[in-house]
Amino acid sequence: MDFQELIAKKVVALKPSGIRKFFDLLETMEDAISLGVGEPDFATPWHIRDAGIYSLEKGFTKYTPNAGMMALREEISRYMRRRFNLSYDPAGQIIVTVGGSEGIDLSLRMLLEPGDEVIIPTPSFVCYGPLTVMAGGTPVYVETRAEDDFKLTPELLKSALTEKTKVLVLPYPCNPTGGVMERADLEAVGEILKDTRVAVISDEIYAELSYGLHHVSPANIPALYDRTIVVNGFSKAYAMTGWRMGYLCGPRAAIAQMVKIHQFGIMSAPTTSQYAAIEAMRAGDRDIEAMRAEYDRRRRFLVHGLRDAGLDCYEPHGAFYVFPSIRSTGLSSEEFCERFLLSQRVAVIPGSAFGPGGEGFVRMCYAAGMENLKEALARLETFLKELA
Amino acid sequence: MDNTELLKLLERDCRATPDQLAAMLGRDAAEVRDEIRTLEKENVILGYNAMIDWDRTGEELVTALIEVRVTPQRGDGFDHIAERIYQFEEVESLYLMSGAYDFVVLITGRTLKEVASFVSARLSTIDGVTGTATHFILKKYKEKGVAFESAPVQEERMKYV
Repeated sequence: MDFQELIAKKVVALKPSGIRKFFDLLETMEDAISLGVGEPDFATPWHIRDAGIYSLEKGFTKYTPNAGMMALREEISRYMRRRFNLSYDPAGQIIVTVGGSEGIDLSLRMLLEPGDEVIIPTPSFVCYGPLTVMAGGTPVYVETRAEDDFKLTPELLKSALTEKTKVLVLPYPCNPTGGVMERADLEAVGEILKDTRVAVISDEIYAELSYGLHHVSPANIPALYDRTIVVNGFSKAYAMTGWRMGYLCGPRAAIAQMVKIHQFGIMSAPTTSQYAAIEAMRAGDRDIEAMRAEYDRRRRFLVHGLRDAGLDCYEPHGAFYVFPSIRSTGLSSEEFCERFLLSQRVAVIPGSAFGPGGEGFVRMCYAAGMENLKEALARLETFLKELA
Repeated sequence: MDNTELLKLLERDCRATPDQLAAMLGRDAAEVRDEIRTLEKENVILGYNAMIDWDRTGEELVTALIEVRVTPQRGDGFDHIAERIYQFEEVESLYLMSGAYDFVVLITGRTLKEVASFVSARLSTIDGVTGTATHFILKKYKEKGVAFESAPVQEERMKYV
């Protein structure tokens, strides 16, 4: 029997990431610098790790309620109020998930029926399209542009809306562009959606990593609150990627249905991680502030360095990536990354990996130590001279 | 201009160039250069040191923390005695303390004997010093926010996200 024949066609059709080969190559190199991985270089703050350890020592190793521990949901509710002025009832409007990724998956599976269209602004994180397909929907990609600060403009949104549109994904602050949507931008979205039957999935995993501007959620816009599911988590803000802790806040009807899916597929999010997450929300505001300040310095340093080196670079307002244009080199983004890696042993990600509109750019993650960033910039200058 | 940010950056890495500091702070490089010069003149920036773990070198060094009790002197309180203590080259740090004793002295010598003789011959004999207690430092774990052992690196990580 050929097992391959048994596999669902839509799974086989999912494209594996095109950037794998770079990283296999990177592994074989000495003295290589990777600005490819989008996760904090910090370890989780010690008091948060300690809370996880303590819960293990106490033997708190059982399942939790499906929606997550009430103590944690209460902390999330307080946090959403404190940080973003949003009101969610811990008893029916919040569910704790296995990372923000499960949150996105749950939201799409709860909403989509065959034929439903999901509007996805790109360049953006790679999961929305494949998860839409797995949930039976059809992704509709909308190309945002550097000259619009990588925002989803009203014109772009209108051009993508159809009778079949079920979901609008808003991935802001945006990986990889660093673009954000400000209040006025979101109000315009609200104006367009107010007479439609379209839900918003707002991926706000980078909300705490906003620089200069305070993050505004679509849920802050009255016309959008009732149709928005906010996806957030602990990975980026608290440097907790490996704990797999995320959460969803949204309308009661949506949360109730998602708890069902989560219950059958996952049971409950990891218990140890939930104890650590409670500590993070109770006493972690200062950690966020310190890490944000550090990312902000690196962000400015890198943007300055890239512009000095002669690359056009949009100034990112959120997340921890810069997304310079490499069009001036005449290379495609994939060629650029491959040659940069081979010649200078620095790994960055081709913009084309992030969907339509990404070609001509590369993503560099500055959640890497300052020494690495300095060295990467020096090598970039050498590389650009080589090309010239 | 508030220079706290600049000072924090320098305290962490004094090798960062004015250009790099300016980029990180979103400021003008010439302005940062001037400000550093001013801060040096005003004794806000006192020096630029490397942090060295001498235990990893062949150099044998002994560090001691010495509690010192004194009788404060009329007129100048503790300052005069403090000056007589910190003038000794061996003295690395000197702090006036609240609590059961008055000063903490940190000194580094080549041998135990060298440290002991400093305490008995130099420190205890200063006018006004009424008693000392010497504690030898056995191992340094962390200094100025820097751990002496680098944290282990998680080996199996996702390569790209």
